[in-house]
Amino acid sequence: MEPRRPPRTVSDPKVRQVGFVTPAAAPPARTVSDTAAMPAAGASQELPLSGSSLSPVMIPPPRHDGLSARVTALLPVPIAATALRLDNLQIRVGSYNQSEVLLGTPPMTSPSSRIEDAVSEFSDDVSASSLYGRTEPDKVGTAFPGRSGDLMPAKSVVAGGSIGSHTPENPPTASLVVKALPGITEKKRGMLEKQHDEAAAPKPLKEKTTKAERRALQEAQRAAKSAAKEGGGADPTNTKKDKVVKPTPQKKDVPEVAASSGKKVDRPLEKERKKEVLPLRMQFDDKHKVEKVKQRAIVNQREAKSRVEFFQRLPQYVHGTQLQELEAKFFQLDAVHPSVYKVGLHHLSGKITGGNARCIAMLLAFKEAIKDYSTPPEKALVRDLNAKISGFVSFLIECRPLSISMGNAIKFLKNRIAKLPLSMSELDAKASIQSDIDRFINQKIIIADKVIVRHAFAKIRDGDVLLTYGLSSVVEMILVYAHEHKKKFRIVIVDSRPKHEGQILLRRLVAKGLNCTYTHINAISYIMHEVTRVFLGAASVLSNGTVYSRVGTACVAMVAKAYRVPVLICCEAYKFHERVQLDSICFNELGDPDAILKVPTHVESYLYGCMDNDNLQLLNLNYDATPSDYVSMIITDYGMVSCNQLLIYCSVF
Amino acid sequence: MTRMDFEVVVLAGGASSNLSPLVSQELPKALLPVANRPVLSYVLELLEGSNLKDLIVVVEGEDAAQLVGGWISGAYADRLHVEVAAVPEGVGTAGALRSISSYLTANDVLIVSGDLVTDVPPGAIAATHRRHGAVVTTLLCSSPVSGPSDSGTSGGKEKAKKPVRHNIIGLDPTRQYLLHMATGAEVEKDIRLQKRILQAVGQMEIRADLMDAHLYAFKRTVLQDILDQKDKFQSIRQDILPYLIRTQLSSEVSGNGLVSSESGSNKSAVQDELRWLSQHREIAPSTFQDSQPLSLKSQRDDQRSHKCCVYIANESKYCARLNSIQAFSDINRDVIGEASHLSGYSFSAQNNIIHPSAELGSKTTVGPQCMLAEGSKLGDKCSVKRSVIGRHCRIGSNVKIVNSVVMNHVTIDDGCSIQGSVICSNVQLQERVVLKDCQVGAGYIVTSGSEHKSESLARK
Repeated sequence: MEPRRPPRTVSDPKVRQVGFVTPAAAPPARTVSDTAAMPAAGASQELPLSGSSLSPVMIPPPRHDGLSARVTALLPVPIAATALRLDNLQIRVGSYNQSEVLLGTPPMTSPSSRIEDAVSEFSDDVSASSLYGRTEPDKVGTAFPGRSGDLMPAKSVVAGGSIGSHTPENPPTASLVVKALPGITEKKRGMLEKQHDEAAAPKPLKEKTTKAERRALQEAQRAAKSAAKEGGGADPTNTKKDKVVKPTPQKKDVPEVAASSGKKVDRPLEKERKKEVLPLRMQFDDKHKVEKVKQRAIVNQREAKSRVEFFQRLPQYVHGTQLQELEAKFFQLDAVHPSVYKVGLHHLSGKITGGNARCIAMLLAFKEAIKDYSTPPEKALVRDLNAKISGFVSFLIECRPLSISMGNAIKFLKNRIAKLPLSMSELDAKASIQSDIDRFINQKIIIADKVIVRHAFAKIRDGDVLLTYGLSSVVEMILVYAHEHKKKFRIVIVDSRPKHEGQILLRRLVAKGLNCTYTHINAISYIMHEVTRVFLGAASVLSNGTVYSRVGTACVAMVAKAYRVPVLICCEAYKFHERVQLDSICFNELGDPDAILKVPTHVESYLYGCMDNDNLQLLNLNYDATPSDYVSMIITDYGMVSCNQLLIYCSVF
Repeated sequence: MTRMDFEVVVLAGGASSNLSPLVSQELPKALLPVANRPVLSYVLELLEGSNLKDLIVVVEGEDAAQLVGGWISGAYADRLHVEVAAVPEGVGTAGALRSISSYLTANDVLIVSGDLVTDVPPGAIAATHRRHGAVVTTLLCSSPVSGPSDSGTSGGKEKAKKPVRHNIIGLDPTRQYLLHMATGAEVEKDIRLQKRILQAVGQMEIRADLMDAHLYAFKRTVLQDILDQKDKFQSIRQDILPYLIRTQLSSEVSGNGLVSSESGSNKSAVQDELRWLSQHREIAPSTFQDSQPLSLKSQRDDQRSHKCCVYIANESKYCARLNSIQAFSDINRDVIGEASHLSGYSFSAQNNIIHPSAELGSKTTVGPQCMLAEGSKLGDKCSVKRSVIGRHCRIGSNVKIVNSVVMNHVTIDDGCSIQGSVICSNVQLQERVVLKDCQVGAGYIVTSGSEHKSESLARK
């Protein structure tokens, strides 16, 4: 066992400090004998910053206490909490940058600055490139406070939505909000109105409001871009400097802005949401609604009869019948383009899996469909095409619930179509949408992946032992890239039943000559001893920093945290979602329950004969939610961020 | 645009020698009545039910083509858009396709044999084909246990038929890919398997209980290439399909880049898509993981391989081909019996179909699973069991008809007994004729009092 351990140099503080570590908390050397003594040492070192975090590799000085963090995460309504949070944010930003400046991070700046140009050229939003400026020391301090003002509207928007209209999107959260804080919401309303009046007066603030409003509405991106350019070019430099000098007035200002914009946006937003956001999730335990949907459904699917109580609102069909039914209806489905149909079948049969691959396949199919599309007489392209895409989407949903990446891509596409000028000829319009799709794939996925690979590469040292879980395309690219660039490291691939996706990764990596160890998730605590970094993929990163990913990821991250191994989540920014989710129960996807029964060595299931028993319910979840506490850093195409900074990104995309 | 980018070709055949006394110049195979409807109508209605309304029907022989065309235009005038193409006799299925292949434009072609009686949705085959991106997908169904097990009358025939028909079909463990196929005649010899295919798959399942239903989905470009290049190929079943299966791993058709192209009718679009995919594949190989065992284990050949897939019909589905006299009577019996939903008629409470205009004499019984078409008259004390009787037949008294098919305008005189036989149109059976397991060709006159057993009677 001993010889398998990595050389101690790996966990030498000097090496491990890079980029992650607040200078105050130098990580102690990690040996087995040390672990007992370490918590005390670590805690005492970190105490000035935090009481709760044990990890020496946490970037953000963790929140003052768990409760307030929860509350802000849950609902950013109470002003006290938001102020607190802002305070937090600022402190963190400062310390984060400080550490970065101190350490200099030479390996990181070189690739990122190289890529920076490329990204800013491709990115739609200026704010993104300004975020990039983070690597330059003098801009750093100013960039984030300025932004934090922007991010508030988005937060309060979310809150307003959940208070005003009881959106079925996230029922547990919404009900919690209403129950827990009726007084505060009332108070907030009052304050909102008051502050709205106040905020209307000053000029620069008003300008800000409109900008925030637009952003919150997710409308007129292009207009926002130019506006942001103007704002980002000349104006903010002054205001930002003010803010840096006097942090106290800023604290007052920001809630005002947030509140006023939140109030203003409240009404139109609800309408907008209904229109724009993809059909909100069905509750499958509502019999009445299910009947309705069934009437509309393309294929009448038999629903699985015994479902775990917690998950009854999620769709679950008898596995295996779906594909047959859908195939049999091949020629009946008039509205669905062949290429979309093919993608749907691939999703259903599991031939295409993974957020990126599914998204790309879907977009290419849409592109194909748009190419073959012609506007029927007396209809407007914009409306008809959007309706058509909606039809495709509902077909795809019937095949398999959409991934968040796909949802975002669809939102993008519909937005683009909706914004086509009416005067545009059909040919031009189609060409422009097709090139939009191409650009989306190229920028948001392919180039984003490349950028992430470069960023992550900077985090790999010679002698590292990297752990990954399941199969993530980005992580695979990172590993291959690092191998090609002569890094000497070892890989631990952790896998789980029933999909055994890790074996695919293992096969590919071994074929490329990488040094791999393969194990199952039950051995995670054993293998974590020797690991120095954990790289994980994600299906989505939510705005409270929760990482929504393949089931088992949370477990890996938790164990890694317990062993003080940094957890790096690799996720393209287009997969970010502004939703807030606290657990994996309120939204998930159910897999084939029979899959977990099959044991390869046994032809017959162990539960043979018990299947009809009413007391037996099988649960095969596809995703889980990793709380942000377990995540050291998220590597996106806009650089490496900590979970708490995510809100900014979420509001941007 | 064609529906889902599929074109449909129905190969209705011509005068088949297998069915010799039944088919004739006046009655091509496609128009043989099954439960008083031409057998071709079952295919056409199946396709119509699947929303496939633009069809190409290929018939061997000019005369037959005219007959078939005339019938179709009469029966489906406003429902289907059918083009009937006549090809010279004896060109085989491949030859028939060759003559119309230049008219095909869609991405994939669905080829249906006109003598198929099934309720397997053709969409299922098409969708499987699409899903796998296969070169050819074929429908396999469990081969019928020939002959009714409960009626001992046709037992002799069964024995004679049984050893001949056997298909050896090799499948991969997931039962999605077709690895080997040998027809009945070849089974006598040793089976030869390709080592490469076996190596690539690891494990092959050999089945003898499956039947090729002659419903294929082909990739058009590949089909056209093969038809052009291999002008000796006569039959889909015996030449084209084995060729494609044989060359799965060393594909020549894919060498010119036609096979590897994904969906998309326009070439430039195809290349565009390929570029995307390959670009992404280059950086993210695993996102395009292929679950196909063939490519997993022989990735070097990935470029030069194509897929031959199968769709295995559910056991509960009915699927039969009318390619022998035995099959003819079986299908007739099944369509009014166990597969009655295919017939399109509504059954009476007695589980039979008696047209209102049919007349029955006193003490005449018509049992369950029988069919009596319009204008037919039965005399007194007749007994009909499990049989189909066509239009305007005149049947005397004391006639027994069991397990038989009687077509139109047949005259049967008093005291006849018919078991397990097929009696074509305009036949006259004189008094006290006894027929057992016989086929009587059109217009034949069986003299009174004669007894026949297992004979084929036709006009010289």
